[in-house]
Amino acid sequence: MSAIYYTEEHEWLSVEGDIGTCGITEFAQEQLGDIVYVELPEAGRTVAQNDEIAVVESVKAASELYAPISGEVTESNDELADDPAKVNADAMGEGWFFKIRLSDPAELESMMDAEAYAALVAGKS
Amino acid sequence: MNNPHSEETLKMTALHGLQVSLGGRMVPFAGYEMAVSFPLGVLGEHKHTRAAAGLFDVSHMGQVRLHGDDRAKALETLLPADIENLTPGAMRYSQLTNDSGGIIDDLIVTNGGDYLFLVVNGANKDGDLAHMRAALPAGIEIEHRTEDALLALQGPGAAAVMTRLAPGSEKLVFMTAASVRIAGVDCHVSRAGYTGEDGFEISLPGTQAEDVARLLLAERSVEAIGLGARDSLRLEAGLCLHGHDIDTATTPIEAGLTWSIQKRRRAEGGFPGADIIQAQLRDGPERKRVGILPEGRAPAREGTEVVDENGAVIGAISSGGFGPTLGGPVAMGYVTAEQAKIDTQLGLMVRGKNLPARVAKMPFVPAGYFRG
Repeated sequence: MSAIYYTEEHEWLSVEGDIGTCGITEFAQEQLGDIVYVELPEAGRTVAQNDEIAVVESVKAASELYAPISGEVTESNDELADDPAKVNADAMGEGWFFKIRLSDPAELESMMDAEAYAALVAGKS
Repeated sequence: MNNPHSEETLKMTALHGLQVSLGGRMVPFAGYEMAVSFPLGVLGEHKHTRAAAGLFDVSHMGQVRLHGDDRAKALETLLPADIENLTPGAMRYSQLTNDSGGIIDDLIVTNGGDYLFLVVNGANKDGDLAHMRAALPAGIEIEHRTEDALLALQGPGAAAVMTRLAPGSEKLVFMTAASVRIAGVDCHVSRAGYTGEDGFEISLPGTQAEDVARLLLAERSVEAIGLGARDSLRLEAGLCLHGHDIDTATTPIEAGLTWSIQKRRRAEGGFPGADIIQAQLRDGPERKRVGILPEGRAPAREGTEVVDENGAVIGAISSGGFGPTLGGPVAMGYVTAEQAKIDTQLGLMVRGKNLPARVAKMPFVPAGYFRG
């Protein structure tokens, strides 16, 4: 069973065991518009929660992505380099950004569940 | 994202309601609330304009008529284009210059017959008007057409639409204008635009703008286009955006706009900053605006430092982003004159990394202007 957590920065983290898969939410991709470039972290990089970890660029602007949780990056979604539009097409699935081995699972408690995140998004529209 | 307090002070164009009803994502721009994109999205809007036709609301721009004897002569004291030899119906691109040869604003001047018609940038129009009121002689009447709207129909499919709805306008060649009726509405139509494509700009009374816009949008080939695609289209076309690629500290010569200064004015001068501009024409400018193509996929945004092969900073990106038609990043910026040759290898400092790029010819996509 995996659980999905959300951040106020509109990222999602799907956790299975000690591995989390991270991407941006449907709301985020919609706000950004057509995504034309994604810069992803290399495997092996260690980050602390809230560190800058990736960049996502739409036609108009570049936005930083922050690590939703501390850990070591184990894999990046290389397919986004050639086809960044995957993020628009399937933000919560094929448009994932990177996988991270959690070093402090207790940090998950600072994140939102689907219901809390839905309420946050509802408050914005 | 929407600040309810700032919205109250934002102005609306005559097409505001139509843009909202079409699902436009409204943002503040040049003091107006305008659509940055529609449900089609920036990428789709951009490609549609290059493939068929796009309708833009550019009513935020300033529309000004100059009346009075010797109006051409008077306007020539503020800009370096030849206006005295502009024939009725003809248009010219020019720049209001300051005493150091910098660009206060860029504009299009049309000889409207018994008046001159100026279209200036929305963000600068108040300043431009103050500047003209202070500088032009008392005999010149400055009429700010605040009740007029401005539509742009751009793209290879624009002419076919105009042929049906505004017969006669399709005969206009690039950079000429005429009075044309569209569905009974008196319009001033010009063959011009800001996308690099063939296209038209339609100046008309704001009260009738929505009717005409709906008529154009009812055409199968026409989609509503927002400011986002307007910016990526003009960037691929190599066209300057004031406040970014040109400003009060940039001369027309540095900006590569020498072509817009006709021979007589180069020789005679008689406009603000003429001494500096003439010296740059003679000796060449120290820096030049060039097209820049990053080699990878990462866009280089405005403000990105440009470095030479040794890593020394030689300039900066003035506009940069993703070119949807090119399918990759595209930029323009200023570099030293020595590094301005086509194919010169450059580096772009993007988030601390030195990304390879080269100086490239502009426009980045072939222009589609109709020259008859």
